Amino acid sequence: MMIKIVRNFARRIFSGVFKKKGEVKLGFYGSPNAGKTSLANRICQDWLGEDLGSVSKVPHETREIQIKEKVVIERNGRKIEFKLIDTPGIATRIDFEDFMKFGMKKAEAQDRAKEATQGIIDSIKWLDDMDAVVVLIDSTANPYSQVNITILGNLVARNIPVLVVANKIDLKKSDIKKIRGAFPDYEVVGISAKSGENIEEFYEELFKLVKKV
Amino acid sequence: MAKEKKKVIKNGREDLTIHFMPYSEIAHEDSVGRIKKILGIVLKNKIVILQGRLRSDEEAKLIENSMMLIGNVPGFAGIEIASLSGENENRSLFEGVRRNIAKILVGEQDAITVIGPASVVKDITKDPKKIELMLSRK
Repeated sequence: MMIKIVRNFARRIFSGVFKKKGEVKLGFYGSPNAGKTSLANRICQDWLGEDLGSVSKVPHETREIQIKEKVVIERNGRKIEFKLIDTPGIATRIDFEDFMKFGMKKAEAQDRAKEATQGIIDSIKWLDDMDAVVVLIDSTANPYSQVNITILGNLVARNIPVLVVANKIDLKKSDIKKIRGAFPDYEVVGISAKSGENIEEFYEELFKLVKKV
Repeated sequence: MAKEKKKVIKNGREDLTIHFMPYSEIAHEDSVGRIKKILGIVLKNKIVILQGRLRSDEEAKLIENSMMLIGNVPGFAGIEIASLSGENENRSLFEGVRRNIAKILVGEQDAITVIGPASVVKDITKDPKKIELMLSRK
């Protein structure tokens, strides 16, 4: 543990010295179907006019790390260049039979399950490479999932600045107070990545987050 | 008349075993040892109730190792995990400092963690004060 802390510290110092000025590696983390790719797409559409990845109601649509470089966001005359890193949703269980409920054949479901497990392993490994992270939480779901707690705990331990985004506030079941109650130590911003609701506040908080990098 | 074949029926369900693990059982293990110990029990289709909780990096490693086993261990579909600790409770500054010192010295024992195989534990729902397990009917 101690070696890891020293190694991470050295990496952050050196990457800080040599990294291209202004480039911020921004990771999107969360459970499957929290809206990570939807938010990454929203940002890419706003600033590049193109999507980053495909979205689906079937869990684990994103099974590989997806990167979009040179995303320049401008706010109040200040420009910041981001490298957006969309990660596969982290889950503790993967059962191919769950995919068959969405109409997939057994072989297809098994392949998807295999890719999803590898995606989760990759997501965890990539935690070390982030400058800042946006943790997406579905505001219509119970926020006390161990996955959310584990992700946030790992980011704190690595001293990586984090912004909690409560997504899907356009839905009736959304309960942002519950999210804020579950994570009182974090800045929580409620948005709808799908409709774009409150996205300006998200950009505002994102710029505040970058100051901590 | 043909002799009727005798069948042993256990109400159609398998036995459920809960393994209570005091913190002392993992206190002197390194991270690899702790994860190995917990996964060893979970792979026997038992539910572990651990006194205390793993560190965040150990929890991530536990999830990572579970993912590696899916597809390689027949019937294994991962784990369900939930921890309850008094972290969100309102407490005085002194009490907070005292808890943090204790956490550094002896680990986080003032917590409880439930870890079970996904094939047995269908879902774990948690709120700040309780954990509920929904078990699969075998």
